[in-house]
Amino acid sequence: MKTLLEYLKPFLPRMSYGFIIKVSATLAELFLPYILTHILENVIKRQSVKLIVYWGILMIICSATACILNIVANRMAATVSRDYSLKVRHILFEKTLHLSAAQTDKFTVASLESRITNDTYNIHHFVTVMQRMGVRSPIMLIGGVIITLIMDSYLSLVMIATIPIIFTCIYLISRKGIPLYSKVQKSIDNMVRVVREDTQGIRVIKALSKEEYEHNRFNKVNTTLIKDEMSAGIVMGSVHPVMNLFMNMGIVAVIAISAARVTDNLSSPETVIAFIQYFTQISMSLMVLSRVFTMASKSIASAKRIEEVLLCEEELPVFSFHEYKPNYNGNVIEFSKVNFSYNGKKEDLSDINFSLKQGQTLGIIGATGSGKSTLVKLLLRFYDVSSGAIYINGEDIRTIEKNKLYSYFGTVMQNDFLYNDTINENIRFGRDISDKDIKFAAKIAQADSFINNFADKYEHILSQKGTNISGGQKQRLLIARAIAKKTKFLIFDDSSSALDYKTDLILRQAINENFKDTIVINIAQRVSTVKNCSLILVLDEGKIIAKGRHDELLATCKEYKEISDSQMGGAIID
Amino acid sequence: MIKNTSKNKLGILCRLLGYMLKVWPLFVIAIILTLLSNQLALMGPRFSGQAIDAISAANGVDFEEVKSNIVKMIICYALSAVLSLILSIIMINISQKIVGRMRTELFEKLIRLPIGFFDATSVGDIVSRMSYDIDTVNTSISHDVVQVMTSIYTVIGSLIFMWNISRSLIIVFVVTVPVSIIFTRYRSKKVRPLFKLRSKMLGELNGYAEEMLSGCRTIQCYNRQKQICKNFDNRNEEAMKAYYNSEYYASAMGPTVNLINNLSISFIMILGGILYMYSSAGVFKTGSLFFISLGGIAQFVQYSRKFAGPINEFANIIHEFQSAFSAAERVFKIIDEEPEKVDDADAKDLVAVKGNVSFFNVGFGYTNDKKILENLSITADKGKTIAIVGPTGAGKTTIINLLMRFYDVNAGNIFIDGIATDKIKRKDLRKAFIMVLQDTWLFNGTVFENIAYGKEDATIDEVIKAAKAAKIHTFIEHLPLGYDTVLSDDGVNISKGQKQLITIARAILSNAPMLILDEATSNVDSRTEIQIQEALHSLMKDRTCFIIAHRLSTIKNADSIIVLQDGKISEQGNHAELIRANGFYSKLYNSQFN
Repeated sequence: MKTLLEYLKPFLPRMSYGFIIKVSATLAELFLPYILTHILENVIKRQSVKLIVYWGILMIICSATACILNIVANRMAATVSRDYSLKVRHILFEKTLHLSAAQTDKFTVASLESRITNDTYNIHHFVTVMQRMGVRSPIMLIGGVIITLIMDSYLSLVMIATIPIIFTCIYLISRKGIPLYSKVQKSIDNMVRVVREDTQGIRVIKALSKEEYEHNRFNKVNTTLIKDEMSAGIVMGSVHPVMNLFMNMGIVAVIAISAARVTDNLSSPETVIAFIQYFTQISMSLMVLSRVFTMASKSIASAKRIEEVLLCEEELPVFSFHEYKPNYNGNVIEFSKVNFSYNGKKEDLSDINFSLKQGQTLGIIGATGSGKSTLVKLLLRFYDVSSGAIYINGEDIRTIEKNKLYSYFGTVMQNDFLYNDTINENIRFGRDISDKDIKFAAKIAQADSFINNFADKYEHILSQKGTNISGGQKQRLLIARAIAKKTKFLIFDDSSSALDYKTDLILRQAINENFKDTIVINIAQRVSTVKNCSLILVLDEGKIIAKGRHDELLATCKEYKEISDSQMGGAIID
Repeated sequence: MIKNTSKNKLGILCRLLGYMLKVWPLFVIAIILTLLSNQLALMGPRFSGQAIDAISAANGVDFEEVKSNIVKMIICYALSAVLSLILSIIMINISQKIVGRMRTELFEKLIRLPIGFFDATSVGDIVSRMSYDIDTVNTSISHDVVQVMTSIYTVIGSLIFMWNISRSLIIVFVVTVPVSIIFTRYRSKKVRPLFKLRSKMLGELNGYAEEMLSGCRTIQCYNRQKQICKNFDNRNEEAMKAYYNSEYYASAMGPTVNLINNLSISFIMILGGILYMYSSAGVFKTGSLFFISLGGIAQFVQYSRKFAGPINEFANIIHEFQSAFSAAERVFKIIDEEPEKVDDADAKDLVAVKGNVSFFNVGFGYTNDKKILENLSITADKGKTIAIVGPTGAGKTTIINLLMRFYDVNAGNIFIDGIATDKIKRKDLRKAFIMVLQDTWLFNGTVFENIAYGKEDATIDEVIKAAKAAKIHTFIEHLPLGYDTVLSDDGVNISKGQKQLITIARAILSNAPMLILDEATSNVDSRTEIQIQEALHSLMKDRTCFIIAHRLSTIKNADSIIVLQDGKISEQGNHAELIRANGFYSKLYNSQFN
C-alpha cells in the first residue's frame, strides 16, 4: 500500500480542496430535513405566507448549492483519479518492461497483463469512489447522527442503536455471499472451458461421434453452475429486504417512543418527520459504505499486486571488472565452463565450452528441450549463468552495460513478436533507420517481393501478432528487423523453420554475402540450415555431445547423422 | 451492435416470453408477490402519517390510534420483507431455469453444427455468447423484470396515495416530472456514447499492453523500452481522456437526481406549509380540496421520494432491456443455425469396411465464387498409402474435409467400397477412419479418459496396450498419478510431442480400417519425430492411408504421391517416378542438397 499512497501525495492539495467542497455540499443537503422541521414546527406558527416562502426558497438554495458543489467536487475527483492512474499505469508499465526474464517468468505474462489492466482500473475506480462516496457517506452518517442528537438526543439514541444491527447484517450477508460468488466464477470457468475445448476439438468429436458424450459433459458443468448461481443469488438477494426491514422498524420505534415523549412535552411530532428523513438518509449511507468497503478490499488486493511488481529489485546488475575479471584471448565470443539451471534444481545447461573468432558462424542443433534457446538467452544475459562465464571480446558479459550489450546483437527469437502496425514500423521497431535501409534489409531477408505484392506495400498493416500473414512471411520480416541495423552479432533462433528449402538457401547466401564480418549464430532443427556453419554444436539434454563441422559430425556423431538422415527431403513447401 | 428493427424485437420478445411461459406457475406467483409486497411497502408511510397525526392531535396524543397504526406498520413492513425475500428466491429460480435451458439449447445446437460454422466463427465469439450474452439475459430476467413491475406499481400506487392525501399538492410534480424526463433523455443521448467510447479506448489500451508484454524480451533485446513506453503513454492518455469525458457528465448524474428530489420536497414544503398553516388555523376544513394535516405532509414527502425513484431509473432499465435484447438475439442466432444435414432416409450402414476409396470428378469450393478443387479423381486401394503434397491453399486439407464429410462435395462423388459417401450414415462413415491431426486435441480429463475417448468401453489394459504401441506408456507411468493424472492447462507439463503421442494412442485404440494423417508431425522436432514415426508405422500397417505432410521423409515410401497445385493434380506417381519426371516435386526435393 505504501508505495501507491506515496504516489498519491502530490495530489493531496487538490484532493483537500475537493474534500472541503464535497463536505460543504453534503452539509447543505443535511440541512434540508432540518429546515423542513423548522418550517413545520416554528415558521407555520407565525402565520406568515411570506416567511414560509422565504424558508422554502432557502431549501431550494440549499438543494441547488448541494447539487452544484457536488458536481464540482465530483469533477475535481475525476481529474485527480485520472492523473493518478495515468501516473501509476505509466510507472507500472515502464517497470514491467524492465523486468528480467526470470522475474517475468515468475509473474507470468498473463498475470502482468492483468496487473496493468484490471488492477490499475480497480485502483482508478477506487480513488474516484473514495473522493465521492467515501466522503459523502460518512459525513451523511455522522452529520445525520449529530443533527438528530441536537434535535432530540433520546430519540436519536433509538435510531443509533439500529445502525450497528443494520451494518452487522450487511456485513454478515456479504461475508457469506462473496465466497459463494467466487465459487460461481469457478463454475463459469469450468463451463467456458468445456465450450472452448469442444469448439476447438469439434473435428475429433465429430470424427468419433462423441456428440452425446460431450452433451453430458456440458450438462454436468451447466447443472453445477446453476446450483452455485442459485445459492449465491439467494444469499445476496436477502440484503435489500433485510436492510429495508430494519430501517422501517427503526422508524416504527422512533414513532412509538416519540408518542410517549410528545405527551411529556419532550419532543414534537414535527421532529418525527425530520427523523424519518434522516433515518432514510443514514440507512442509504450505510448501504453505500458497505459497498465502499467491498470495493476497498478488492482495491487493496489490486494495490498489493501492483506493488509486488513495483517493488521488484533490479536483477542482473552490471558488475565491475574486479568482480568478474576479463579474459582477453582474441576470442570474440567465449563460453567457459557454463552451467545453468532455471529453477536451481535440474541443470538445464552443463559444462558448455566453445569459442568463436571474428567472421565465424555458429550452428546449434538438437531436440526441443535440449537447451539450444537457453544457451542464446544466456548470451543475451536474460539470465545469469549459475557458474562459469561468458565473454564477449574478452569481457565478462556481466560487466557490460546493458545498452551496450544489446547494441551488439540483432536477434530473431523463437515465436518472436510482430505487432499491430505497418510492415515498415515492424521492421524499424522505433529505431532511427532510413526507408532505404529497411527496404535493403527486406530484400536480403527475401521479404521485399511479398511485401510489394500488398497494394499498400510497406505501409501494409499487420494485425496483432501478425496473424494476417503466413508463418514464413513472419519469419522473413523478423529477419529483416534483425539485420536492418548493422550489429556485431546476428542470432537466428529457429527463424527459418517455416521457409521452404529454396528460400532458406537463398536467404542464407544473401546474409553470408552482406554480413561477412558479422558473427552469425543459427539455431535450427534442420541440418540444412546449419550445415555450412564453421562450428556446429549438437546439444542433448543440456550438454554438448559433439562439436565440429558438418562433415566431421556426420562421420563422428551418431545422433547428428540420425537427424540428418531422418530429414532427407525436409520440409517441402512454405 | 445490431440495430433491432421493431419487428425483430417483437420476435425476440416473443421467444423470451416463450421461455418464461414454460415456468408460468412460478411466474404467476412472482407477479402476485411483487404486487403484494409493493402494496404493503406503499401502505407503510400512510400508517406512519396517521400515527403522526395521532401524536399531534389537538387534544393530546391519541395513544390507541398510535398503537394501532404502529401495529399495522410492523405487520406491513415485516410481511413486505418476507414477501420480497420469497420473491427474490422465486425470481432466481425462474431466471436460472430459463438460463440453464438456453445454455443447454445453445450447446445442443452447437455440437450439431457443421464444421463450416466453426471454421467461420472464432472460439472467443462462441464463448462470449455462451457466457457473457446469456448472463446479460439472466440479469435482465432476474432483476429488471421485477424492477419494471415494481416501478410501475410504485409510481401509480404512490400517485394514488398522494392524490388521496392532497389533490392540490400533486401540482408540484407538474414542474419536477417534466424536468426529470428531459434530464433522462439528455442523459441517454449525451452520456451513453461517451461511455461506449470509454470502454473502447480502455479495450484498446489493454490490447496494446497485452501485445507489448508478449514481446517484452524482444523489446529489451532491441533496447526499445523508452519508445514503447512513450507509445503506451499516448494510448494511456487518450483512454484516460475518454474516461474523464464520460466521468465529467456522469459525475453530474447523482447530484442532479438528488436536486430534482430535493426540489420536489422544497416545493412540497412551500405549498404544503402554506396549506397546513391555513388548515391548522381552521381556514381549510377537513375533507376540503386544500386541507392537509401534519401527518399528511410527512406521508407526502415519503411518497414523493418513492414516486421519483423509478422515474429516474427508467432510462437505465430501458437500456438494460436493449442490451438484453441484442444479447438474446446473438444467442438465438446460433440456435437458429442450420444443423448438419440429417442422413438420407436410404443411407446405409457401413459394415465390414475393406477400405477401397475413390474420388470421382470431385469439385468443391468453401464459397460459391472460389473453387478449391476441380475435377479431382483419386483412387486408393485397400491397404495403400496415398500422400498429398502441395503449397498452402492448394486444397490438401480440403480433401480430408470431404472424405470425412465435414463438408459435402459440390460436384462428383466419393466412394468407399463402391458406395457413395453421401449414401452412408455419417456416424458409420466417420467411424471407419482414424484421424491424427497437426493440432493435438486433449481435453481436461485424465490420461485414461483422453486415450479411451474413441472407445467407450475400453479397459485399462487396452489403453495401456495402445499407449505402449504409441511409445508413451513409460512417460505416463512417470506422471504423478499415472493414467489417472488430469491433463489441464495449468497442471502437468507435457510437450507437444508427448501430446501427439497420446492422440496417436487414442487413434490406435480405435480399430478403423482407414487412416488420415494431417501434418501429424509438423510441430515436433526431429528426434521426437523419429519416435512418432515408429508409432505411426505400426498404425499404418494394413490400413488405407491418406497422408498430408511437410517432410518428405514421411511420404517417400507412399504407394502414390499426389502433387496438388491450384486444386488440380499436377503430378502423380511414387517417389522414384516423380524424381525421374523432373517436375515440381523433384525441384523441391533437390533444393536441400544445394
